[in-house]
Amino acid sequence: MTTEQSPYRVLIGKPGLDGHDRGAKFIARALRDEGFEVIYTGIRRTAAEIAATAIQEDVDVVGLSSLSGAHLRLFPEVVQELKNRGGADIPVLGGGVIPDEDIELLLKKGMNAIFTSGTPAATIIQSFTTASQQHRDHDAQK
Amino acid sequence: MTPKSDTLLAGLKNQDPRAIGRAISAVENNSHEAVALLSALDRDRIHHVLVLGITGPPGAGKSTLTSSLIRTLRHQKKRVGIIAVDPSSPISGGAILGDRIRMMDHALDPDVVVRSMATRGRLGGLCASAGATVRIMAASGCEVVLIETVGVGQSEMDIVRLADITLMVLAPGFGDDIQAMKAGLLEVADFLVVNKSDTQGAEALCMDMEQIFSAKEEKSGIKRVLQTVATENSGVEELLDSVHSFSLYITDNGIKEKRRDQALNAETLDWVIEMLRPQLIQALEKTPGKNDPRLRAEQLIKTLKLQ
Amino acid sequence: MSTHTKQTEWQEQELAASLNRFPERKEEFTFHGEVEVPRLALPENIDDEYLEHIGFPGKYPYTRGVQPTMYRGRLWTMRQYAGFSTAAESNKRYRYLLEQGTTGLSVAFDLPTQIGYDSDDAMALGEVGKVGVAIDTLADMEALFADIPLDKISTSMTINSPAIVLLAMYIVVAEKQGVPADKLRGTIQNDVLKEYVARGTYIFPPKPSLGLITDIFQWCSSNMPLFNTISISGYHIREAGSTAAQEVAFTLANGITYVQTAIDAGLETDHFAKRLAFFFNASSNLLEEIAKFRAARRLWARIMKNRFEAKNPASMMMRFHAQTAGSSLAATQIDNNIVRVTIQALAAVFGGTQSLHTNSRDEALSLPTEDSVRTALRTQQIIAHESGVADTVDPFAGSYYIEQLTDAIELAAEELIAKIEGAGGVVACIENGFIKRQIEQASYDYQKEIESGDRVIVGVNAFQIDKEEKPELLRVNPAVEEAQVSSLRDVRAERNNQEVEATLVSLKEAAESGDNLMEPIIAAVRSYASLGEICSVLRQIFGEYRD
Repeated sequence: MTTEQSPYRVLIGKPGLDGHDRGAKFIARALRDEGFEVIYTGIRRTAAEIAATAIQEDVDVVGLSSLSGAHLRLFPEVVQELKNRGGADIPVLGGGVIPDEDIELLLKKGMNAIFTSGTPAATIIQSFTTASQQHRDHDAQK
Repeated sequence: MTPKSDTLLAGLKNQDPRAIGRAISAVENNSHEAVALLSALDRDRIHHVLVLGITGPPGAGKSTLTSSLIRTLRHQKKRVGIIAVDPSSPISGGAILGDRIRMMDHALDPDVVVRSMATRGRLGGLCASAGATVRIMAASGCEVVLIETVGVGQSEMDIVRLADITLMVLAPGFGDDIQAMKAGLLEVADFLVVNKSDTQGAEALCMDMEQIFSAKEEKSGIKRVLQTVATENSGVEELLDSVHSFSLYITDNGIKEKRRDQALNAETLDWVIEMLRPQLIQALEKTPGKNDPRLRAEQLIKTLKLQ
Repeated sequence: MSTHTKQTEWQEQELAASLNRFPERKEEFTFHGEVEVPRLALPENIDDEYLEHIGFPGKYPYTRGVQPTMYRGRLWTMRQYAGFSTAAESNKRYRYLLEQGTTGLSVAFDLPTQIGYDSDDAMALGEVGKVGVAIDTLADMEALFADIPLDKISTSMTINSPAIVLLAMYIVVAEKQGVPADKLRGTIQNDVLKEYVARGTYIFPPKPSLGLITDIFQWCSSNMPLFNTISISGYHIREAGSTAAQEVAFTLANGITYVQTAIDAGLETDHFAKRLAFFFNASSNLLEEIAKFRAARRLWARIMKNRFEAKNPASMMMRFHAQTAGSSLAATQIDNNIVRVTIQALAAVFGGTQSLHTNSRDEALSLPTEDSVRTALRTQQIIAHESGVADTVDPFAGSYYIEQLTDAIELAAEELIAKIEGAGGVVACIENGFIKRQIEQASYDYQKEIESGDRVIVGVNAFQIDKEEKPELLRVNPAVEEAQVSSLRDVRAERNNQEVEATLVSLKEAAESGDNLMEPIIAAVRSYASLGEICSVLRQIFGEYRD
């Protein structure tokens, strides 16, 4: 929750072909309830579309959801596309059906945090808040 | 909180998406860079920009129509800016900015500049940040700026003040809502767009609307009630042609000038309130609270030492 | 009317007819100790109230089931959804399942296939073979069913938007095996309406998609009488977070739309309606689910009889497949999932399902291993053979709780359907977002209950443990994508490309003229045109649906 500072802006997107958006939509609403301004880009988006939108909307953080097992390819792609467009500073968080053994690899490839299914929403929201605050602090120092 | 205004300005001129996004955030948040940035913007650019307000009840297909308009404008090689407004939750202060989802087709088009904007429960309404955003988009080369807003109410009226031309989008099946809105319709809308015009009830709705707009139509000689099927992109070119004709019409007879002046006044007033807000809240805390609110207000104003 | 008369009527008509077609599984069903298990428990007085609301199994309004003997005659089909990576791998898994006693095949396709993209399409990168089998051309379909006699098994294919293409492939594979289309048994899901609100694998907009569905109805009612041409689905709607009543309402509203569309296209209700099938979720609240299935069956029968004036009893019978709720599976303490699935499977069986898929314990983490799948299948077999519940028909009938709940769910669903009709029908409510919003709100409320702890999920928000052993999971070999792309290339090189072109041109013309597209697609598929190539032609003509 933001007090005197303006609300955090977050983009929630589903890269790839997976159409299960129940979790993404819940997190979007939960973030809104915590004072975030949430841009939800819907399903079936390419990494390029997600990154371009995040940059254009000047978000503080990006959240990705994938339940189809394609996260190893799709999540790092979003990170790369953000880099390509000058947005390497924007933290990217991801969640969905992700086996534990993939987490390390994803973090190595630039993801800020990964949530496996069953993670309480409060934990997820906290991560978004922390990442957003870190992003703002980093910005202020520039 | 944001990079220096010079860097942002240079970025705007280069049409850099990141710079545009950050510049808009600066004015939304009323940060330090905002003043320097706004005063340095190329003020001539705004004269050539057409600001189009799009409003109407949810479910009429506003967002789809907006996307269609963007597509057609892009065919006409125009660089387009869009401000998509959604309400903030009065409880949490957050918002779901849901109009963007209908515009994702244009996500990779560098000549479509979209900003999703929350109403943020500003004391002063939308005019301050939206008006400034229009100028930022203009400075980055946008030739048309669409402002899309939800539902009926306060934000609706704000848009009217900012826009050169306002479209109200309706669809068949909104019978009762329309009756209730009749009084306000004439005031608010320059054009009435009947979307989903391929569905039952469209003809009847058009006839109803044509009656309401007949005086305006006669005066300007331009048809004001138009039909579209946004999902099929039909009627959209004709809509833009009419808008263009109307734009020439209001430029010629000085109405556009008047509207621009009104917009600037509205925005200025909003900025005043926005900038005074911290001071006002502080003053409120210092003014004793048990009196009649109007009395208390008088006391508060005295402490501000205006005049 | 006295008890005996109505009962006798049923015995002499529906029951006798059924026993004639096939006898019950055993001469006698007994408890340990030689006491006979009643076929059908009945009240002392069979009054009009009973007949109108509850009735007899196999007789309108079918509350107690669509067959007079239910599982005493035939057990439900144990149909485990499976498929991943390449057609050859999936073929192995199918033959394993058949050996282990599965009685029907259920094909899972990967996302590119479900959305009409070839494995080498840019959109398919990273997704090939992940959630199901990759099918690009007839060659893949042939590999999928190698050594599986299509006249001996029934196949359910979970494919929607491009169903017409996969069906065409199935028909040609059978043809090559020497099995004519009129002998083929199975189902295609082919339910595009729910894709727009719950599942997301849509391609074309609603109107042309409904056109493709009617093409299939039309062609199959004449050429493939044993095949179910649609599986009107509530499973995914429930998975997206809806309530039980919403699941029934939205599913049946979709069903109404399909029936109306077919009638508008000139088909006769009694000609196609008996081949409509449904697919529901088997969720965790055991008693609510039993009531839900009974309510759905009764409501559909009434709709078919009163609204669509069906005359053939077969048109009023709701036959359905059920799957235990995937979204209820936990990623921690996964053995608990076996218990969950057992309860959910029981719900489906008590609810009178015709076929059932039980999820495996590791499916919240990954696609299931062979061992996990076997346990899931055993769950059904234990229920069927050891629990006794399959030895009598609709044992919950007459329970105050179940009957009240059945009535309540039916009423709630009816009201919601009326609301949708009043707002212009399903397609209008898809376009204006009404259905989606209803589901989203229900989903949100449910999740909030979990987050706050009001709703306990064992091992997830209560009774957690600190350290857990990591289970062995199935990993899809990433080389699969490469292999698939490579074989696709081979097929493209080896086929007669002129022939392919010609069939695609014919398809385009047929689509533009509004002809039935079944034959042109069969021709294209036979020449080894790919799924992506065929869908590309259709995309150009029909457009793409964007949310």
